[in-house]
Amino acid sequence: MIEILIDKFKNKINKIDNSEALLVDADSWREVSKFIKNDKKMKFDYLMSISSYDKEEGGLYGVAYNFHSTSLKHYLEIRIEVSSEQEIESIAHLWRAADWHEREAYDMMGIKFINHPDMKRILLPEDWEGYPLRKDYKTPNYYNGMPVPKDKSYWE
Amino acid sequence: MFKVIDKSIINADEMILNMGPQHPSTHGVLRLKIITDGEIVSHIEPIIGYLHRCFEKHCENLTYEQIVPFTDRCDYLASMHMSHSYSIAVEKLLDIELPERVEYIRVIISELQRIASHLIAVGAFGLDVGAITPFTWTLRDRERILDLFEQLCGARLLYNYVWPGGLSHDLPKNFIQNTIDFLDYFEPRIEEYNQLLTTNKIFIERSADVGVMPLDVAINYGVTGPSLRASGTDMDLRKTEPYSIYDKFDFNVPVGEGLMGTVGDCWDRYYVRVLELKESVKILRQALPSIPDGDVHSAMPKKIRPKVGEVYSRYESARGDVGFYIMSNGKPTPTRLKMRSPAYCNLSVLNEISSGWMISDVITVLGSLDIVLGEIDR
Amino acid sequence: MISIVDSLMNYFSTINFDQSLLLVLAIVIPGVAIFLVMTLNVMLSVYFERKVAAFMQDRLGPMEVGIFGYKGGKKFWGGIGQIFADTIKLLTKEDIMPDDADKKLMFLSPFIIIIGAILTFAAVPFTKGLVVSDFNIGILYIIAMSSVGVIGVILAGWSSNNKWSLYGAMRSAAQIISYEIPIGLTLLLIVITVGSLQINDIVAWQENNRWFILHSPFAFIAFFIYFISVVAETNRTPFDIPEAESELVAGWMTEFSGFKWSIFFMSEYANMLIVSMVGSIVFLGGWLSPFKIIHLSFIPETWYLLDGFYWGIFWLMLKAIILVFVMMWFRWTFPRLRVDQLMYVCWKVFIPFSLANLFLITIWELIF
Repeated sequence: MIEILIDKFKNKINKIDNSEALLVDADSWREVSKFIKNDKKMKFDYLMSISSYDKEEGGLYGVAYNFHSTSLKHYLEIRIEVSSEQEIESIAHLWRAADWHEREAYDMMGIKFINHPDMKRILLPEDWEGYPLRKDYKTPNYYNGMPVPKDKSYWE
Repeated sequence: MFKVIDKSIINADEMILNMGPQHPSTHGVLRLKIITDGEIVSHIEPIIGYLHRCFEKHCENLTYEQIVPFTDRCDYLASMHMSHSYSIAVEKLLDIELPERVEYIRVIISELQRIASHLIAVGAFGLDVGAITPFTWTLRDRERILDLFEQLCGARLLYNYVWPGGLSHDLPKNFIQNTIDFLDYFEPRIEEYNQLLTTNKIFIERSADVGVMPLDVAINYGVTGPSLRASGTDMDLRKTEPYSIYDKFDFNVPVGEGLMGTVGDCWDRYYVRVLELKESVKILRQALPSIPDGDVHSAMPKKIRPKVGEVYSRYESARGDVGFYIMSNGKPTPTRLKMRSPAYCNLSVLNEISSGWMISDVITVLGSLDIVLGEIDR
Repeated sequence: MISIVDSLMNYFSTINFDQSLLLVLAIVIPGVAIFLVMTLNVMLSVYFERKVAAFMQDRLGPMEVGIFGYKGGKKFWGGIGQIFADTIKLLTKEDIMPDDADKKLMFLSPFIIIIGAILTFAAVPFTKGLVVSDFNIGILYIIAMSSVGVIGVILAGWSSNNKWSLYGAMRSAAQIISYEIPIGLTLLLIVITVGSLQINDIVAWQENNRWFILHSPFAFIAFFIYFISVVAETNRTPFDIPEAESELVAGWMTEFSGFKWSIFFMSEYANMLIVSMVGSIVFLGGWLSPFKIIHLSFIPETWYLLDGFYWGIFWLMLKAIILVFVMMWFRWTFPRLRVDQLMYVCWKVFIPFSLANLFLITIWELIF
């Protein structure tokens, strides 16, 4: 099944070493996502989760999509890696589960999605600055005038 | 279908009603922004994040053994399921083979926890609809399960019991006999709940045909668990992809059939949970007499250093499909740990299925989806 | 039969004093007595409800306060001191009123509701001869006076200056007004059979024939319609949308605290007692003992046991308390109905059935 995908989208999908995931270019994500949803041999109708991760080398941030097909019962993992300025196409119009998961990826890692119906922070307050899950994140000293405690010796 | 929420287009007839973070029901700190047109709801926006505790960021600084108590606190009403699912994920990364005794005890604990969690779901749903007595009865029975857990590991709600590679303690002396006594006490009680609530005409009026969720909508939104099975499918991970030793037990998967209304309404979601109580009792009766002997600590590694790679493991908890996506690069702490919580996706379907109903029905639908804010916000 | 006011006036006419002042005294004394009866009723009803609720939910209820509690070993009467503790607490609580609320109306609304309840008590007898005033339009007066409370409910919701209180009050008022129609129609059945609105005549007719509930199958159905309608009229579960839920924000009683809230509470339990007493007078034979359930002319009078002035009070209160207990039983068993289902039940089920009942019982009366 991975071979079918690689055959169809030749340069845009690569395999990753030591893993069963596929790396897709951010520009071709729209066609790939439509293909894996609608094609008869794929039929991935269940988007399980979207995880964002911080790949420290190269300053890239990645998004891992986990798919499952309820009828054909196979799994697929797709990753897209972008720098902090690039944007990824949103798939919320194909899988409605992606709506909240993409908001969380934006909230925690700062990855921007275009054509999303309602892109705003979901877990943190609207006026929070910074993206917590990034490896170089520093907790702010003040939030809306309230000081974060100075003595952090009991943290960690 | 979905449209961009543009606040400038709200007309004068529509009211914004805020069901604030404090609720009379037991669901936790959830804020619902309801835009109503008279009595009929036109749009609901759930606002979450009041219980966010940075679980995923913490896990990047903790070793794999230290993460187990944190997984308990995600879904505090079914904490054994969370630790079990995390342990299965780590064991996939480590490729360990567990002794039979550990697997049997884990299944028993998991099914007892499922009964306890469904009891709260059933009772709280009755409370949302207005019947106060079934809530006290289900809590009374749940107390006995918590007593069993207290004998086992000393804690009533957050156990820290299922560790990657085994368990923290072995079973105490009379645990098996006490559990069998509890099952003998509990089985007739399910009939009591049925008499009081399931076949009650007023309850059926309130919950049948309300909040119907068609199957394709459910799968598209990522809904899993009893809420999905009530819409007509029998996807249960314990049967389709058995993990642990679930393939040794004989049980059915309750599917919603629309007995009192349409398939996939609130009554179906409630009734699937009541039937799952019976199925869990069945599994327990098969598992309890046949626990083999062994040492629960024999497969536990001294220090957990998994191989480089990632794993996505799924598990069927009381609310649905818990997924742990762990990326590791050989160090004793994970690089990235993501917990896919079932209630997160179950809550996102609230807008779709309750538009067009009245405000009292929103409470009913929310109660039937059975969410726990701890695992939504992590 | 003579009523209290009349007998007091007869006594006072023998005293050589200003008669108009004595008339005022003759009216005030029964009023105060009724108020004391209502206070006693609410104190006992609250305790009864808490204990009944607790026993149904497999727990014990108030047990700490009072002498029969954990040390005394009694389960039902343990914690009897709780009623005094609650009364003192409610009377001495701080009265918080919102700034923008209309203070005069907020002060007035509980009293209108309680006045409606007390006025209804003026026509309800406790036994043969023990009634404040024996109207010859008894039943009509009772139905009319129990509607006065609606004004108080609307005023309470309006004066709170709270959107959701107003909404809840409107719903409660709609519910009370709608359910009065089946009540009136079912009470009309006995008026047709007896031919008089006076309560004494109604019970005398039941003494000479049989208890009205056994008189004809239509009266039997009418009793159940009456009972469910009064559960709705007093805003008890399963019809308690205005009280318990009301969009989960507030009921119409939120902004009231302390003494005013205790007046609302008193009026709710007084209403429950009134409608139970009226129901037992009209359908269940009032103060007649169960031996007089059917009048058979060949049994001599001396065989009728347990009948008389004081036994009458006992039988009437026993029947009323049984009906109150059934209302409490409903509250802890059933979920609550949604607002539109509530209105559907009233307008599309009860009113057609009551009208049909009314029509068919006239035919029954003509035939039998």
